[in-house]
Amino acid sequence: MERLLQQLINGISLGSIYALIALGYTMVYGIIKLINFAHCDVYMIGAYVGYFCMSYFRLGLLPSLLIAMVVCMLLGVAIEKIAYKPLRNAARITVLITAIGVSLFLEYGTMFFVKAETRTYPPLTGLLARTFKSGSLVVSMQQIVIVGITVILMVLLQFIVKKTKIGKAMRAVSLDQDAAELMGISVDTTISCTFAIGSALAGAAGVLVGIYYNSINPLMGMTPGIKAFIAAVFGGIGLIPGAMIGGYFIGMVEVFVSGYGNSMFRDAVLYAILILILIVKPAGLLGKNVREKV
Amino acid sequence: MFEIRDLEVHFGVIRALKGISLEVKDGEIVTLIGANGAGKTTTLRTASGLKKPTSGSVLFEGRDITGTTAMERVHLGISQVPEGRRVFSTMTVLENLELGAYHRKDRNGISMDLRKVYELFPILYDRRKQAAGTLSGGEQQMLAMGRALMSRPRLLLLDEPSMGLAPILVQEIFSIIKDINREGTTILLVEQNASMALQIANRAYVMETGSIVLSGTGSELMQSEEIKKAYLGG
Repeated sequence: MERLLQQLINGISLGSIYALIALGYTMVYGIIKLINFAHCDVYMIGAYVGYFCMSYFRLGLLPSLLIAMVVCMLLGVAIEKIAYKPLRNAARITVLITAIGVSLFLEYGTMFFVKAETRTYPPLTGLLARTFKSGSLVVSMQQIVIVGITVILMVLLQFIVKKTKIGKAMRAVSLDQDAAELMGISVDTTISCTFAIGSALAGAAGVLVGIYYNSINPLMGMTPGIKAFIAAVFGGIGLIPGAMIGGYFIGMVEVFVSGYGNSMFRDAVLYAILILILIVKPAGLLGKNVREKV
Repeated sequence: MFEIRDLEVHFGVIRALKGISLEVKDGEIVTLIGANGAGKTTTLRTASGLKKPTSGSVLFEGRDITGTTAMERVHLGISQVPEGRRVFSTMTVLENLELGAYHRKDRNGISMDLRKVYELFPILYDRRKQAAGTLSGGEQQMLAMGRALMSRPRLLLLDEPSMGLAPILVQEIFSIIKDINREGTTILLVEQNASMALQIANRAYVMETGSIVLSGTGSELMQSEEIKKAYLGG
């Protein structure tokens, strides 16, 4: 029983990080129907920004997190403006290939500046380094911080999307771009905002992963990127609640397969799940199969 | 107040509009009728700015607006109800209406216009918390019109408001169009239902394969033999 509980706690922590990344994939897909392959590298940049803030400038976790989010926000908007916007009317495959290009550019560009070596995140100190034990159950303060920050960000995101003007514009543009433009909504601004929010979440995930796993490197985005993408597809790509559910589900699967089975099979099980979803429910858990046009 | 001059529009190499000109005067209802594929919707989409013309110009209240985007034209006072209604299906009726007033800042004016829309379409008030996609075709048409009115347009562009509606609803929609016009909104109406459109229109243009082939007042065209044969069923 305690072991099960322990795995659940671990799964929620890991799932939080996947969910944060998956949100960015799903939001961008929802609005411009692009799988933004560069998204996982924005997450990597977030981890590095957090690293430099904490180790060189000796900033605390929260300021570092906020700085990483802002930097990633600007980076996301810049990527959209420079790489994707000129291709707004191009074929889908052209934009997809561009996204892969941006991804490689960010990975190897980062490697050029910070070297390929793995860097160690500065250890947390004081209250943040504490762990709580009850029997064999261990909950670290890190895990609480990760889950707490994720929940705050998700609530904030839901508020923005549901209640604010820009959130309504985002939903309108993702449902029908022409009709949104006829409402006097600036489609360009709305797309930029979507990239900004998605990238900020990825930046937060980068810092959280840094404090969770302690080590970062320029190619760290690839695997979690793919897993977060699976999470988004699992929940129903383009759907925000889908990405949240998918993220936690993938985190749980990973932890449980490692904990009860064999950690070697961890990724194999994930990909098997992806294949299964694509066969059984291609639109994802919350997705409806092809919207009917009246 | 609104004018199109020598408008040419291409889809790739296909010339969809072959240099058409038309005018809508302040306070009028002008209708554009014609068969499927004549270029009516393309004309309207060019008028609202969703489609860019190859040549020719679009004028609104004495200003050349050819280079402006659809978004900018909404700010200027042109609003389009697109073909097939295009309501935001997963958003509520109220959210759809609020989006219509997206660019406006005058809170009081917006809530006044919201009340007006609810007076015009009482069913929308009853359904305000429902997702727009769950409405019937007629209700969706009303929502699309109400949403367009929320921007407080001076020119309203209507694309096939009768499409797919039961005859009784068509009557209702057309009488509401007349009401909207009476309150001071100028209307350019694209319709396949020529007899209904001609009844309420001050003037009409007839399109055929990308050109305007005939124009006149609504009643003149209703008397015309050609029109009777081609569009009014005898």
